[in-house]
Amino acid sequence: MNDRSLTKMKKSGGPVHLSERTWGYLFAGPAFALVSLIALAPIAAALWLSLRQQLPIFGIDEFVGIRNYLQLWGDDRFWAACRTTLYFTALSVSAELLLGFGFALLLNRLSDGAGRGLRWAHVMIILPWAIPTVVSAQIWAWLYQPDYGLLNYLLHAAGVTGGRIDWLADPDWAIHAAVVMDVWKTTPFAALLLLAGLKTVPRELYAAARVDGAGAWEQFRRITLPLLMPVVVIVLVFRTMDAVRVFDAVFVLTGGGPGNSTETLSIYAYKTLFQTLQFGYGSALATAMFVLAALLSMLYLALLRRHVQESA
Amino acid sequence: MAEVRIELIEKRIGQKPILLPLTLTVHDGEFFVLVGPSGCGKSTLLSLLAGLDQPTAGRILFDGSDVTDLEPRERDVALVFQSYALYPHMTVRQNMAFPLTVVPRANRLARKRIEEEVHRVAGFLGLLALLDRRPRELSGGQRQRVALGRALIRKPRLFLLDEPLSNLDAQLRASMRAELLRLHKELKVTTIYVTHDQTEAMTLGDRLAVLNQGRIQQIGRPHDIYAAPANLFVAGFMGYPPMNLLSARLGMESIQAGPLHLTRPPDRPPTDQEQTLTVGLRPEDISVEPISDSGGERAGFGVVRLTEPSGPTLWVTVELKDHNEAITIIGSAQAGFTPKIGDGVTVSAPRATLYLFDPTTGQRAGSS
Repeated sequence: MNDRSLTKMKKSGGPVHLSERTWGYLFAGPAFALVSLIALAPIAAALWLSLRQQLPIFGIDEFVGIRNYLQLWGDDRFWAACRTTLYFTALSVSAELLLGFGFALLLNRLSDGAGRGLRWAHVMIILPWAIPTVVSAQIWAWLYQPDYGLLNYLLHAAGVTGGRIDWLADPDWAIHAAVVMDVWKTTPFAALLLLAGLKTVPRELYAAARVDGAGAWEQFRRITLPLLMPVVVIVLVFRTMDAVRVFDAVFVLTGGGPGNSTETLSIYAYKTLFQTLQFGYGSALATAMFVLAALLSMLYLALLRRHVQESA
Repeated sequence: MAEVRIELIEKRIGQKPILLPLTLTVHDGEFFVLVGPSGCGKSTLLSLLAGLDQPTAGRILFDGSDVTDLEPRERDVALVFQSYALYPHMTVRQNMAFPLTVVPRANRLARKRIEEEVHRVAGFLGLLALLDRRPRELSGGQRQRVALGRALIRKPRLFLLDEPLSNLDAQLRASMRAELLRLHKELKVTTIYVTHDQTEAMTLGDRLAVLNQGRIQQIGRPHDIYAAPANLFVAGFMGYPPMNLLSARLGMESIQAGPLHLTRPPDRPPTDQEQTLTVGLRPEDISVEPISDSGGERAGFGVVRLTEPSGPTLWVTVELKDHNEAITIIGSAQAGFTPKIGDGVTVSAPRATLYLFDPTTGQRAGSS
């Protein structure tokens, strides 16, 4: 509705007399209600739950204030889960970004030339991402299987390893096995976003840079990379959020074991909530995870804002 | 600074010929213009010269040395793009310094020297106040000057411009044309300039090459091309309004183009009787007069279909008819005469140069 028709409606004394501001709230109302219902309310409920001690099997349900958080602070298993989560996140996100960039550049180069092969390349690259995580994790669990898994067979055949490695049962290997699986699965996502970013860089800029004397590396460093920074940050935000909350990939592969060596925050929260049924403490864990994710994304957004300001 | 020799350069994409074998020499320090309609291959030729594209066959020589297989960076050429292709994330300063900062470290100038060079070129182009802006904060003309600055900072031996003025408004275009000529005069860099605008080609070029369908139609100085077009294409393309091209019969003493009757100059020896030709007349050589005016030698009568005032000249499109044919020609109104659409007028061509073309080959048979 434009200003004039709005004014006209006001003047002509239409059926309802409301200020423009009120109208705005009115129109935004339904969307706001929906978001409240499906996002804000559960968050608020979890926050409320984290301030209570609730153990249904013992019939305990009482308000305990911040006691759950104090307990969290002194809980070594919580800190171990934090470390595992951050280690997993740092390793998998950086590998996904680097590999994704590589694939994106490759696909972009391919698309300069031929046409039909490209669509197949796209499909092949996107495939791992299209498979449900639980399924792909199970596939990888079989690949990692120590006795008849393909990985040990190939490594042995190539003479790289002497004997049998139990990838998922070895505390040093297990988390890395999960990282590899996650990288395999979500690199396509990073690659596709980055490819879309690459497509927006005008080709003439590269022609200009070539004539100006820039080699391939200079073109990448001085033109591609800075122009793609916003996309890189978006990839980082999306992937970090996912990695911080990682559950299914690790849970299917190791279930958090051996011991608690691959237990991430979400697995710890899951076990606390649904295996030991400590609803209050589990909610405090979930809240801590939420805060961690929020902090990380705020960090990225600050980076992005600085970059945008620099180039504005 | 360099002499550029293009020897039998040919470019095909798949089976489709873009440039037919083409030979051309651009002299050292010359301002050379490649002009032609879109799709004629002029920009392709420029890409080949810059090294952005590889020819299918042929050689390119700069000062006698073969550069055909060299990368752009090894050729030491500068190219200004139609869209300017400024780096959007860099300031004017960084854009202009870019060619100097990507030089291999061993030959790179010190940071301070680069800054001095940027200031020198920016001063030259009137960009000193804009050094910290980014391209999107600049007007079209300013972006154009930054693109020129980025090209000039390296003191290239060959300066290539691909329709650099086509994104500017008319007034700015005129002043940038003057600017380009001034730059060329001061720097004396061999310049090859691509345009589809024949006016631009005429005013800028020391020499020009007219291209059409991947083939050079004519090479020469602007005036020579205007005065003696080699074929129908050049005749119709160079000059505005375009030359009137009419199918005509050549008689002993006259040339008859439908209802238009032109006297044949006596000094031309008669050729084949009743030969069919295409005759060309420049609009500025055709005078459109009131019908009552009895002076001069009439070539025909007609009705005004369109008038187009252009400063001192009023171009008039006239339709001439006889019982079996109608033709349309453009002429210029006699001084002081302002015909209206629908008026009857007299057309005469007393001192017209008649360009005669062979209608099958399109080549010029002669002029009189």
